[in-house]
Amino acid sequence: METKVMRDVFIQQVYYRMRDDRNIFFLCADFGSPKLDKLKEDFKDRFINVGIAEQNLINVSTGLALEGFTVYAYAIAPFLTMRAYEQIRINLSLHAQLREVNVNLVGVGAGLSYDVSGPTHHCLEDITIMKVLPNVEVFSPSDWVLAQGFVDYSIRVKKPKYIRLDGKPLPQIYNSMKDFKIERGFSELKKGKKLCLVSTGIMTHKALQVAKRLSEESINIGVIDVFLIKPLSEASFTKALRKYQAVITLEEGFINNGGLDSLVLQLINRKGIRIKFKNMGFSQRYVFDIGSRDYLHKLNKLDEGSIIKNIKALLRQP
Amino acid sequence: MHMEMSNQERLFKFLEDKARWVKKETLKIHKAAAETRLASSLSAVEIFTVLYYGRLIRFNAQDTKSENRDRFIISKGHGAISFYPVLADLGFFPKESLSKVCKEGSILGGIPDSVIPGFETINGSLGHGLGVACGVALALKRKKRKETVFVLAGDGELNEGSVWEAIMFAGEHKLDNLILIVDNNKACMLDFCKNIIDLSPLDEKFEVFRWRTKTVNGHNVKELYASLKILKESSGGKPKVLIADTVKGKGVPRLEIDPLSHIKNLRPEEAQGLIVDLE
Repeated sequence: METKVMRDVFIQQVYYRMRDDRNIFFLCADFGSPKLDKLKEDFKDRFINVGIAEQNLINVSTGLALEGFTVYAYAIAPFLTMRAYEQIRINLSLHAQLREVNVNLVGVGAGLSYDVSGPTHHCLEDITIMKVLPNVEVFSPSDWVLAQGFVDYSIRVKKPKYIRLDGKPLPQIYNSMKDFKIERGFSELKKGKKLCLVSTGIMTHKALQVAKRLSEESINIGVIDVFLIKPLSEASFTKALRKYQAVITLEEGFINNGGLDSLVLQLINRKGIRIKFKNMGFSQRYVFDIGSRDYLHKLNKLDEGSIIKNIKALLRQP
Repeated sequence: MHMEMSNQERLFKFLEDKARWVKKETLKIHKAAAETRLASSLSAVEIFTVLYYGRLIRFNAQDTKSENRDRFIISKGHGAISFYPVLADLGFFPKESLSKVCKEGSILGGIPDSVIPGFETINGSLGHGLGVACGVALALKRKKRKETVFVLAGDGELNEGSVWEAIMFAGEHKLDNLILIVDNNKACMLDFCKNIIDLSPLDEKFEVFRWRTKTVNGHNVKELYASLKILKESSGGKPKVLIADTVKGKGVPRLEIDPLSHIKNLRPEEAQGLIVDLE
């Protein structure tokens, strides 16, 4: 299983598509990747660095998309989503209700990807604030195979989308995208009894680790990776949840405020699923502590040990 | 003795007549819908009139998305009520709609959006139009198309930082198929602009960002027509800005001198008096 940075794989795949398709633009707000250099070199007329100007990144992308181009707007996730939020709201979310606007917002640095850069670079709000916008889709891959596979979807589905990519190299989870549809939205990576973890992005890696450790103690838990947060295919997700008696959501984001946890909880309520529920993530505090991602997880009780403790407690409940 | 009018004189007379009619219709709309922003709509009457009746903009009222239309992005959405009569008159939608502005079921609201034929974008939040127009202008260049992108922005709107991101971008990328018209009516919502952020000299600011500039009296159809024609027909590797010096609330004496004109409405009988004057 290969370890790769999803950003690089994604850009490489866009590069291949740009080679065959003259209708693709790639814009960035002075943010790079080793793979971007070649794209920039080979498609001089369709690559633009707009400068450190996220608002203009969205607006120029909108103009290009209104003229029929497929556009990738690439920047650091918190700046892309929060600096330019109103540009996204007006020109993408609102506009997409009236016209076709295929702008793909590619944000790098989901969650604590930029661990030591501090809270300005952390991105713990993006799932919540992007999924509230009508007509905008939200994609949160857990590995580079999904990220790569999303490129075809992003060209085919002509809507604004937010693609939240982790900034760190992560091992492969999925074998290939062959016979795999992004529209499925989630994947039950491990079937279990009684309890399942529902996670997105990097937390799916942690969920798989936890499941592995617990299986050594003969506790079999399920792991569901949600990658298309919006639109979520509700019917099949409900069906998957109904098999379990307890669910724990894991996200590298603020909880109790409209993130992945809210998505699951809302579905449970709406569909009347009888299931015990627990959510894990960050409480309403920014992270000023310095250290590795694992260290920060530990400080915020999102490490494997804490997850296992919560699982066991939930399983003990009558 | 009857003097023979030249074609040019006939055009200007036609434009002046149309401007008067547009002003009258705008007042009628405001009389029926006090929620509309009258003062900032009145400052732009001649700009809309010259662009459309002067045929400086290439449009197709029957096919509003036709590829060979010039694009017109109205960034100062609040002040676009005076554009409704122009569009109705030219066949973008039925003239009867003009009596239904802000009424239930109408497509014409207090601030126009692209649900209305003839409007390209979502308006109402300031500082978006020029950046979007940069994208459109760039797209047209890549498609090797000859159409022009026009943007109308207010001078107060220039306080938005996103506008300057776009000004820098357009200069850098030499978007000479882009014409920004600044409706320089010198008033924001709460005061005259110079008392809030004084941007004068405005033309010099554009020039240092590598724009070609021209300043005209924005209520003089001759000046507007001549300048816009020159700007449209020239290339030269620079985006262009026409600074149209206008008066907010033009034609309504008490609004013309009021720093709060943006949020002032006319009483129906007051509007009616002005309408009669324009008959």
